[in-house]
Amino acid sequence: MTTSDRMDTLKSISKDFKRILILFAHPSINRSEVNWPLAQATRQIPGITFVDLYAEYPTLDINVDREQQRLLDHDIIVFMHPLYWYSTPSILKEWQDLVLEHGFAYGHEGTALHGKVFFNVISMGGPEEAYSSEGFQHFTIRELLHPLEQMAALCGMLYLPPFTLFSARLAVEEQRLQDHIDNWVIFVKALQHDQVDIIKAQSLPKLNQDLSGLIQGESS
Amino acid sequence: MSSILFQAFIYLCAAVIAVPIAKRLGLGSVLGYLIAGIIIGPVIGLVGTETQEIQHFAEFGVVMMLFLVGLELEPKLLWEMRNRLIGLGGLQVLLTVLLITGGALIFTVNWQTALAIGLIFSLSSTAIVLQTLNEKGLIKTDGGRSGFSVLLFQDIAVIPMLALIPLLAIPELGAMGAEPHSGADHAHLSLVKDLPGWAYTLVVLAAVAFVVLAGHFLSRPLFRFIAASRLREVFTASALMLVIGIALLMTLVDLSPALGTFLAGVVLANSEFRHELESDIEPFKGILLGLFFITVGAGIDFQVLSDQPGLILGLTLTVMLVKGIVLWFLAKLFRLNSKDGWLFTLGLAQAGEFGFVLLSFSIQNQVIPIELSKILSLVVALSMLITPALFILYDQLFMRRGADESSAESDQIDEQGSVIIAGVGRFGQIINRLLVASDIKTIVLDHEPNMIDTLRKFGVQSYYGDASRPDLLHAAGIESAKIFIVAIDDRDRAIEMVEHVKRHHPHVFVIARAFDVGHLYLLKKAGVDLAIREVFEGSLEVGRAALKTLGIHPFRVEQMVKAFRLHDFSGLDELYDLWDENEAMAKNRAYLARAREHGDTLRDLLDKDRMELHDRSERGWTPPPKNYVKEFTED
Ligand SMILES: Cc1cc2nc3c(=O)[nH]c(=O)nc-3n(C[C@H](O)[C@H](O)[C@H](O)COP(=O)(O)O)c2cc1C
Repeated sequence: MTTSDRMDTLKSISKDFKRILILFAHPSINRSEVNWPLAQATRQIPGITFVDLYAEYPTLDINVDREQQRLLDHDIIVFMHPLYWYSTPSILKEWQDLVLEHGFAYGHEGTALHGKVFFNVISMGGPEEAYSSEGFQHFTIRELLHPLEQMAALCGMLYLPPFTLFSARLAVEEQRLQDHIDNWVIFVKALQHDQVDIIKAQSLPKLNQDLSGLIQGESS
Repeated sequence: MSSILFQAFIYLCAAVIAVPIAKRLGLGSVLGYLIAGIIIGPVIGLVGTETQEIQHFAEFGVVMMLFLVGLELEPKLLWEMRNRLIGLGGLQVLLTVLLITGGALIFTVNWQTALAIGLIFSLSSTAIVLQTLNEKGLIKTDGGRSGFSVLLFQDIAVIPMLALIPLLAIPELGAMGAEPHSGADHAHLSLVKDLPGWAYTLVVLAAVAFVVLAGHFLSRPLFRFIAASRLREVFTASALMLVIGIALLMTLVDLSPALGTFLAGVVLANSEFRHELESDIEPFKGILLGLFFITVGAGIDFQVLSDQPGLILGLTLTVMLVKGIVLWFLAKLFRLNSKDGWLFTLGLAQAGEFGFVLLSFSIQNQVIPIELSKILSLVVALSMLITPALFILYDQLFMRRGADESSAESDQIDEQGSVIIAGVGRFGQIINRLLVASDIKTIVLDHEPNMIDTLRKFGVQSYYGDASRPDLLHAAGIESAKIFIVAIDDRDRAIEMVEHVKRHHPHVFVIARAFDVGHLYLLKKAGVDLAIREVFEGSLEVGRAALKTLGIHPFRVEQMVKAFRLHDFSGLDELYDLWDENEAMAKNRAYLARAREHGDTLRDLLDKDRMELHDRSERGWTPPPKNYVKEFTED
C-alpha cells in the first residue's frame, strides 16, 4: 500500500524528470582507467544519485533498508561496473542477494520495482568481435547478461541492453575513452528528460549502437 | 620608570587599536603597525626622537624572525636553494647597485656617494616581506621561496657592504658637521677589530662551526634536561638565551646576528624541540617586529616631505620602479611563472631596514651629506610604507585566477593533508604506523621526552611538547591539518584538547580515544567528530574467537559480531540523546559511569541484546517462503 502510494507521488513529482540511481562497483579504483573517470563524469550530472558501493560498504555489510529505500526513490536503476567473469564485481551480486528480498522485489506482495527501468553500463576487456557465436567468447554480451535480464523481468522491471565499452584496456591509448564518456553523459541527460525511445532500445544489442537514432527531440 | 611605562603604553595602545582594524580592512598587520607609528609620531607627536633607539632594539625582531625561518628550513632544503640564493640574490644586488648608482650620478658629483646610495637601495625589507609572506601563507610558493633567497642573500651582503663604506669616505664632507668615525651605532664590542686578515677568517669560521656543532650536539641534551624539569618558563628562557647568545657571538666577531641565528635555526630544524622552540620565540618576534614597524612609521619626517613632496615621491617611485624592473627581469630569467613572478617583483621592490643602517653608517663615515640623508631616509621609509599596498595589488591581480587554479591544486592538498597525533603511547603508535605505512604525513606530539627520543630513533617524525597547549598546536601546523587525533591517556586533558581544537579550528576533523561510554559522551559533548572506545574492538575480537572455538560456523560468527556492533552503536546513540538532554546527569560523570556498570541495567541490556541480535543477524539472504513458486504459476 504505502509502496504504491509512494510510487504515485513520485511519478507525479517527476512527471517529465526521471530520477536515475547509479550503483557503481569497482573494487580497485586506483587502477581503473575506464570506470573511475566515467564515474567521476557521472557524478557531475545534476539530478543523479550516484552510489559508490565499495566506498559505502567497504566490508560488504550492505544496509538492506537503505538500499531498498533508494530503489523506491528512483525510476531508473543502473549498474555501472567492469565485466568480471562475464558478470558483475562481487559486491553487486551481494547487493542483489541482500536487497532484492521476497515480498519487496518479487512475489505476490513484491511489487516495489514494477515499471522501473534497469540496465548495465559495462566495460569489457575483450574486443567486440569476440563476443559472438563465432568469436572466442562464444556468446554475445546480451546472452551473457541473461541472469540480470531475468532478474529485471522477475522484479517487473523493464530491461534495456547494456551501454558498453569493448577493448577497455586499450581505450585510453586509442583515445576512445573521452568519446565514450561524452556519449554516456548525453544519453543520461536524455534519459532524465524522457527523450529516449525505450521500446526501440529494448531490442538493440547495446544501447550505444545508434545514439542519435535512439534519442528523440522532445518527450512524447 | 613611569616614562618607560608611559611609552610602552602608547606603543601598545597604538598597535592594539590600529592592527586589528587594518587586518579587518584587509590591509595586513604590517601596514597596521606603520599607520599606528605615523599616528603616534608625526601626526599627534606623542613620541619623539627616542624612536631611533627603540628601532635599533626592535631590529632584534628580524634576528628572531630569521631564527624561526631557519627552523622551518631543513638543511636539505637550504642546499637545494643554493642556486637561487647565489644566482638570484647575487644578480639582484649587483644589477640594482649598478642601475641606482648610475642614476644617482646624475644628481651628485661624487661617485662614492652614488655608490653608497646604490648599496642602500639594493636591499629590501626582510621584516616586511617575510612577515607579509607568512601572514598570507605565500612563503612556500615558488615566488615566496625566490623572494626569501634574495632576502637572505641581502642579509649576508650587508656585512661586506658595511666593510666597504668607510673606504668611500669623502674627507670634504667632514666639514659638514658629522663626527668622523664616531660610529655610535656600531661602536660595539668586537673581538676581531685589530686582528690580521687570516686570523679574522679563522675566528669567523670557528664561530660558525661552533654554532653548527653546538646546535647539533649540545642543544639536545640541554633541552632534554630542561624539558624533564617540566617548567615551561625555563624552557622559554633557554630558547631566548639560545637566540640572544648566538646573536651576541656573531656581533663579537663582526658577523650578522641574523645570519647566525638563521644558521642555528636550520641546524635545529630537524630537532624534536623544533615546535616547542617555535612557539616560544614566536610571540617575542611578533612584538619586536611590530615595534620595529611602528618606529618606521613614527620616524617619517613630514617636515622634509612637505618641503619637497614632488621630489621625494618621485624618487621613491623611481627607486621602486628600477628595483621592480630588475626583479621582473630576474623572474623571467629564472623562469618563474607569471603569478610567482609578480609576487617576487611587487614584493621586493622596496628599500629596507638595513638601508637605514647603511645610511647612518654612511653619514658617520662622511660618504653621504646630512641634508641628502634626510631625503634618502624618507625615501626608504616611504617605499616600505607603500609595500603593503603592492601586496594588496598582487592579491587583487591573482585572487580570481588563483581560484581557478586551486581546483587542480586542492586535490593534491587533499592527499597531503597532514594528521597530528597527540600522544604516542601504545595506542597512538599503532595509529601512526598505519598512517605512515599508507604514505600519510603525520606529526606526532608527546610530552614524554623519552618516548619521543625512542620514536625518533625509529625515524618517526615526533616532537616534544604538551599537545594541550594552543601555541604548540599552532606550531605543529593545526591550521593546515586535516585530522587531529587525541590518543593520550589522560581523560580530562583529552576532553580539553577536543574542546580547544573544535572551538578554534572547526575545520579540523577530530578523532579521540575514549576510555568508556561515559568518557565517550563527554567527548561528544566537547564536539569530537568521532570517538572510539579503546577496548571495544579488542573485546569483540576475543568474543569472536570464543564463538568460533565453540564450533559455530565462522561466517555465522562474523554475522553475529557485525550485528552486535551495529546494535551496540545504535544503543549508544539512543542513550546519548537521553544523556544529552539531561544536563545535570551530563555534569555528573560518576553517576553515568555507575548507571552503565550497575547490575540491574546490565540484565536488561543482556535481554535486549539477545533479541535484537537474533533479528539483525537473520536479515540477510533470507530464503523465500517454501511454496513461493506458486506465486508465479498461479496467474
Ligand atoms: C577479476 C576480473 C575479471 C575479468 N573478467 C573479464 C571478462 O569476463 N570479460 C572481459 O571481457 N574482461 C574481463 N576482465 C577485464 C575487465 O573487464 C577490464 O579490466 C575492465 O573493464 C577495465 O575497466 P577499468 O579500467 O575501469 O578497470 C576482467 C578483469 C578482472 C580484474
